Amino acid sequence: MSLFRIALRSITQRPVASLLTMISMGLGVMLVVAVLSIHGVVEQSFANNASLGYNVAIGAKGGKEQLVLNTVYYLSQPVENIWYSYYCEFLPQAERDRLLKESFAYRSHEAAWQTAELAALAGDQGLAGAALSQSLAAVGLPLAPDARRQATDGPAVELGRHGKYGQLTEMAIPLCLGDYFGRFRVVGTTPKLFDDLVYDIENNRKFEFAQGRNFVHHSPEHGYFEAVVGAKVARELDVKLGDEISPRHGAPEGHTHERKFTVVGILKTSGTPNDRAVFVNMEGFYLMEDHAKPLDQQRPGDQPEEAAPQSDEEARKDLEARRKKELELLRAADPEPLPVEQREVTAILVNADPMIAPGLENAINEGRDAQLVLPIKVIYELFEFIVKPVQWTLLALTAMICVVSGISILVSIYNSMSERRHEIAVMRALGADRYTVGWIILLESTLLALGGGMLGWLAGHTLCLAASPIIEDQTGVTIGFWNWEPAISLGTLLGTSSGRLATLSLPLELLLVPALLVLAIVVGFWPAVSAYRTDVAKSLGK
Amino acid sequence: MLTLRNIKKSYREPDGTPLPILDIPQFTVADGEQVVLVGRSGCGKTTLLQTIAGITRADSGEIVIDGIDIATKTEGYVDRVRAAKIGYVFQTFNLLPGFSAFENVMLGMTFARGRKDHGRAIQLLDRVGLSHRLTHRPAALSVGEQQRVAVARALANKPSLLLADEPTANIDPRNQQKIVDLIRETCREEKVSLVMVTHSTEVSGQFDRVDRLEEINQVKFNDTTAGAAA
Repeated sequence: MSLFRIALRSITQRPVASLLTMISMGLGVMLVVAVLSIHGVVEQSFANNASLGYNVAIGAKGGKEQLVLNTVYYLSQPVENIWYSYYCEFLPQAERDRLLKESFAYRSHEAAWQTAELAALAGDQGLAGAALSQSLAAVGLPLAPDARRQATDGPAVELGRHGKYGQLTEMAIPLCLGDYFGRFRVVGTTPKLFDDLVYDIENNRKFEFAQGRNFVHHSPEHGYFEAVVGAKVARELDVKLGDEISPRHGAPEGHTHERKFTVVGILKTSGTPNDRAVFVNMEGFYLMEDHAKPLDQQRPGDQPEEAAPQSDEEARKDLEARRKKELELLRAADPEPLPVEQREVTAILVNADPMIAPGLENAINEGRDAQLVLPIKVIYELFEFIVKPVQWTLLALTAMICVVSGISILVSIYNSMSERRHEIAVMRALGADRYTVGWIILLESTLLALGGGMLGWLAGHTLCLAASPIIEDQTGVTIGFWNWEPAISLGTLLGTSSGRLATLSLPLELLLVPALLVLAIVVGFWPAVSAYRTDVAKSLGK
Repeated sequence: MLTLRNIKKSYREPDGTPLPILDIPQFTVADGEQVVLVGRSGCGKTTLLQTIAGITRADSGEIVIDGIDIATKTEGYVDRVRAAKIGYVFQTFNLLPGFSAFENVMLGMTFARGRKDHGRAIQLLDRVGLSHRLTHRPAALSVGEQQRVAVARALANKPSLLLADEPTANIDPRNQQKIVDLIRETCREEKVSLVMVTHSTEVSGQFDRVDRLEEINQVKFNDTTAGAAA
């Protein structure tokens, strides 16, 4: 009969105590497995989210983490905005020209130019003044004093060139944030987010639609007011195609915008933050109340202009004209898009050549208008400095639970030693040496630890399987019973970075086996020594 | 087969003073010989058997078993000698309660080097009339059956010397004779030397050689010291 069988017999001889000991160890291991699985899910989730389809995010000066949390994860408090014209600097010539022609400045200058031509033709200043007013009215611009000032004194719009960074940029997608639908962020953007962005570069995957289609720049049915909702939003808020949704301004509890967007598409679950966001056409986003930037707002860093003296009456008229204009915009079924000067963007998602990105980073960050962040770098830093320590702390706590469970094995075996001393003495009398009886005890603690570990492993994975739908719903990460994440590189374990072994990786869970063995030996050592030191003659009695 | 020379063994009193138990100038058992040791309670019979088995170390003297003086050997060596050459039958059987009759017999050869012979275990249980009780645990066996399993276990490692410490003391008179016959016959068949301790004159009367411990042991006990040597 083998020593293994003797140890097994000792365990089965005390079934209740052994089972309770194993359950205690099993609970510890179950927690470790669960924490490791969460660890894997978080890593996978981060990896999914790190596969962005763009490598640069540009936003207002401030905290880069907050910018990334806002633009990548749609989390945290909304950040400041940057000028729309800044966004245009990331576009190629044709697109930039097209957008800037929608600017107030361009249209005003066009009007002024036509007026000047008329005046030249007529040679009459009075006629020219009247023509200017008529021209401005014709382009739909308010006749407020600041507007007049911009029309006549504002900088000319420089067309016919690429954006300053346009040639360094493969793709630039603007995002406008700040509104909410339920607890979810509303993101104003362009159709390019779903038409052009390849978010899973490895598998060349774009965002797909479970139902419906992408919103378009302008549709005959809904004008600029189309929306696409993420899978989680649709599930949680029971949003269907054709539903009309009204975002809330600034916060989930902010006032509800009057404008309604028609849902034309529902995204498939992608495991990215897009699952939990609502995407609306940026043109429509600008046309909601309180979203148009006042024309007299200065660019950051600009020298304050000397405002033309304005009487109370003029100011009142100015305000009324502005409100009237806003109301017209709001009530119009299919209003004109907002001019460029009244637009802002929260962030620009840019895909730039990785070789150029650092140079671009320097160029933009040295300027005063915006900051450039490399989201992957920030995500990695967040993960390394915040998430990982939390995960390792959790893991350490659960490992402590295992140690406590191990101590329960020690207590269980040690308590049984007084009744087993007689058995040990019999075995010694039958020829077992001190080491053999010590080994039997160590084997017993090992079997208890590994048996409990196996129970815990099964329980942990069953738990993961049971929680799988919730985890998938929350993170988009699918885990099954045989979830082996996270993995650890063999090179890390062996402390080497070269050789074939270094390229292999093992499931981190496998480390439980040696860990449990060590634990079993440590906790079994004391009872084993006690067995070793058993006084045979005294314990045999008669 | 077995020779003891100048064996001395003493215990320590709680106050540290030595309490002599054994002082045996000479004790010999020939190959295949069957010896019964008698003596009053507490005169050191069990201590003598445990000293011969190496369970208790003698303070001095020689214990030669099959030509090996185990008194001069390390504890591990003595354990190996015991596992290979000595069988031990206890008064209280000392079967392990969690193990079946078969497993208890197998335990007798587990600690000796060499092949663990399942066939021999079954054969021995058959020899003691328990072939139908192989899988029964001790609790499911009668007292007589338990002692028979203990005898089979003691013989499992094919010992040269069987030490039996009052093997019939806890058995009813009807079964006593069966056990004694079983031990003696099996030892005869297996050519095993036997040293049996007993209080029973009926049992001792059946042996050709009966040694009184008080005669071979030079330590003289009075009533106050006798208990210590039990």
